[in-house]
Amino acid sequence: MPSLNDYLILSAVLFTIGTAGVFVRRNLITILLSVEIMLNAVNLTFVAFGRAFGTVDGQIIVFFVMTVAAAEAAVGLAIVIALFRHRESLNPDAFTALKW
Amino acid sequence: MLFYLFGAVAVIASLLVIAQRNPVYSVLLLITSFGALSGLYVLLDAPFAASIQIIVYAGAIMVLFLFVVMLLNAPHEDTDFDERTHPMLRPGPMRFGALLAVALIAELAWALARSSPLTTFTNTPVTSIQALGRTLFTDYAFQFEVTSVLILVAMVGAVVMARREDAPGGKR
Amino acid sequence: MMLLLIPLFPFLGFLVNACIGKRLSKSAAGSVAVAAMVASFAVALTSVIQLAGLPEESRHITQTVFTWITSGDFTANFTLRVDPLSALMILVITGIGSLIHIYSTSYMHEEPDSEYARYFSYLNLFASFMLVLVLGSNFLVMFVGWEGVGLCSYLLIGFYYTKKSASDAGKKAFIVNRIGDFGFVLGVLMLFVTFGSIEFQEIAAKAATMHPELTFGTLSLATLLLFVGATGKSAQIPLYVWLPDAMEGPTPVSALIHAATMVTAGVYMIGRNAVLFSLAPDTLMIIAVVGAATAFFAGTIGLVQNDIKRVLAYSTVSQLGYMFLAMGVGAYTAGIFHLYTHAFFKALLFLGSGAVIHALAGEQDIRHMGGLKDKLPITYWTFLIGSLAIAGVPGLAGFFSKDEILFKTYEGGHMILWVVGMLTSLMTATYMFRLVFLTFWGERRHAPAGHGHAAHGHGHDDHGHDAHGHGDHLHDAPKPMAFALIALTVGSILAGYIGLPHALGGSNRLEKWLEPSLTAPHVVAAAGEAPAGEPAVAAEAAAEHGEEHGEAVGAGVELGLMGLSSVVALTGIGLAWFFFVSDPKRSESVAQSFSGLRTVLLNKYYVDEAYNAGVVQPIRVTSEQVLWKVVDVAGIDGAVNGTAESVGGLAELLRRVQTGSVRAYAASLLLGAVMVFGYYLWR
Repeated sequence: MPSLNDYLILSAVLFTIGTAGVFVRRNLITILLSVEIMLNAVNLTFVAFGRAFGTVDGQIIVFFVMTVAAAEAAVGLAIVIALFRHRESLNPDAFTALKW
Repeated sequence: MLFYLFGAVAVIASLLVIAQRNPVYSVLLLITSFGALSGLYVLLDAPFAASIQIIVYAGAIMVLFLFVVMLLNAPHEDTDFDERTHPMLRPGPMRFGALLAVALIAELAWALARSSPLTTFTNTPVTSIQALGRTLFTDYAFQFEVTSVLILVAMVGAVVMARREDAPGGKR
Repeated sequence: MMLLLIPLFPFLGFLVNACIGKRLSKSAAGSVAVAAMVASFAVALTSVIQLAGLPEESRHITQTVFTWITSGDFTANFTLRVDPLSALMILVITGIGSLIHIYSTSYMHEEPDSEYARYFSYLNLFASFMLVLVLGSNFLVMFVGWEGVGLCSYLLIGFYYTKKSASDAGKKAFIVNRIGDFGFVLGVLMLFVTFGSIEFQEIAAKAATMHPELTFGTLSLATLLLFVGATGKSAQIPLYVWLPDAMEGPTPVSALIHAATMVTAGVYMIGRNAVLFSLAPDTLMIIAVVGAATAFFAGTIGLVQNDIKRVLAYSTVSQLGYMFLAMGVGAYTAGIFHLYTHAFFKALLFLGSGAVIHALAGEQDIRHMGGLKDKLPITYWTFLIGSLAIAGVPGLAGFFSKDEILFKTYEGGHMILWVVGMLTSLMTATYMFRLVFLTFWGERRHAPAGHGHAAHGHGHDDHGHDAHGHGDHLHDAPKPMAFALIALTVGSILAGYIGLPHALGGSNRLEKWLEPSLTAPHVVAAAGEAPAGEPAVAAEAAAEHGEEHGEAVGAGVELGLMGLSSVVALTGIGLAWFFFVSDPKRSESVAQSFSGLRTVLLNKYYVDEAYNAGVVQPIRVTSEQVLWKVVDVAGIDGAVNGTAESVGGLAELLRRVQTGSVRAYAASLLLGAVMVFGYYLWR
């Protein structure tokens, strides 16, 4: 039977993978996907803890996180579409308007 | 046993997500990862979470991603840096970010090592949807309502953001 | 109460003419000014009569107008006080001042209306400040008046400000005065620190009662500093240089300010603090020497000047030297006496010269005058009487006062100073009558054609006449001017009789009148203890030492000296006659043979040039090269601009953080998170 620690380690690994993905990839959509990975890792943590404490709160939080993730994905993708129309590129480095 | 299986699938799929060039492959691999996670939720006696993971995440969000990828006809990522980018933005920050990710996992590992190991799950789980529903609509009722507003706002925002502008000066 | 009205009336006149003068007609503006002065004179006269009715020990009237400064223990009130000394002064100022105002209404008549009003506003303001100076009961009020008259002299000397020489002269007067004022202020501060008060009466009382050894050093230095202020205001060596240039102003201004009033402020100040000066014999010695030296020095310069007003200017400096000589030998009464008589005849002489200039349409060079005796009778006769008075011819006012000074010098044992004084007396008579003969006698020597007004180095007071070189309107003084001249002449004759010395059978009323002002107050104000008998008596004795000795030396000597002075005066007149009337060529030949000396004298011993080279240019060069270029431009501007630029530079550097790369921003986010996380783990 895996312990809480194992779940937490797994979650940490997934989170780190997501973080690395945000920095390594040069495609906006893939970056968003990496963010989703991170969110899922966090979800796993919550459920694990919820189970550990024997409450249902973990799942409720997961419920909310998922909702927010959905909203965020929707808006994020809309922005990506708008950006793509502007520059014909999904490379985040192409958008340098904020440069000094 | 199952834990290790699901865990491995999740990790490998995630690694492949960030390693793939083709965004379509990335999305599909991510769906796989979500499936594995869903299995993990089942192992954790959280059937509700598992269900909505598949339905919402894998079923809706990833499909949305897929739509967008197809719509934009997202080009394959090129390996060389874009000529247009500023010299400082070429591989530098990237490597830096990766390094930071390694640092992050080191820290997390350290954190886990220091904490007292919680071994087995001792408490009895709550699995009934009824109990969950009750808690959701009483203790967390406010957050629930707020979340619905949030979804509304996101919807409006997404529509506004993605709108195709007409010729300048033209009104809809 | 009344005292305030004395300076207030002229001040109100100033306000009226300053604010609405432009819209007033000339007669209205002039009337306002004259009325203010006459009203002030009336009040002054009333106060003096009231004063005279008081018993001798408490002969003073005080009025505190308002409390000016209260700071901790220190209080300074704006208090006016009239006592015998200031009574004399206010009568001179308001009386002669009124006459000069009346004269000015006619003299300045060709000016445009606004200038006319401006002139009278300044003249009233000056009178107001001078009265404040004289009526003040403490150093602070006196200083207000002191500075105020300095300001007004600047305004009035530079009245024709469009002419560069005039505005330069105004600036010179003000700046030189300021240098003196610096010494004055230091002196006042020293006195305040030592005695804890700025009231004249309090300081005098404390000084008199304190042990002489304790105060000697302080008092010597403080009084010396006060004297520095006096040299500035009253044109003694080394700060006399402004007064000759001050002739750029309109002639009535020269009469009022530089003959009768402002220049006497220094003498008055010493008289007011007679007790203090008596306790500092070293300073008195310095004052006497400076006075005598100035008198002699200015006399020599006056001998060769060719501008009628310049001669009178140097004469003023010289006579002021006499007054300081008197103060320096302890004969305060004599000094004040000479101040008073000098006011009459010097004002008369200046106004007379003004009438001459007016009649000759702006000509001021005496080499181009002559033959005016019959054409300008009133002017001639009044001027002549004035000259006789200043020369010290017996029977006129100048004789009594000047003689008193010389007598006191003699009996004080200061022989060298006495000889210098006598020589100066000789020169005075000579240059004055040179002036009279060259201006009024003989034949008219016109200026060469085309010479006209413009060519003279020192300015004329410009009447706004057209430049007729020869076409002067040769009429005698108009009524207002004549009235003033005649009134002053009467004064010049009669004023001396109040100081008629015992030797001639008079009772020297002036000396008795002034006595309470010149000695330490017996009944002291604040701390109110009657001082111990000895120190008070000692101070009193010191103040009067000159006077007391008088009885000892004997009437015979006095008469003898008087006779000697008369002889000297007549000799001087004779010399002038000899050189300039009986054979005009003689003066030329003397001039040739002493041409080197003459040039030196004509150029005023090159003092102005020396000051320019020694003081003015170094300061100017320092200001330009060091203070401006280095301190201001490089230093201050550099610092200010440098700060701005460094901020800009810093911003330039910091700007590079905004790379515009989203990934870089994300990286920094992560970095932050890792660091925070690490920090908490560490703990």
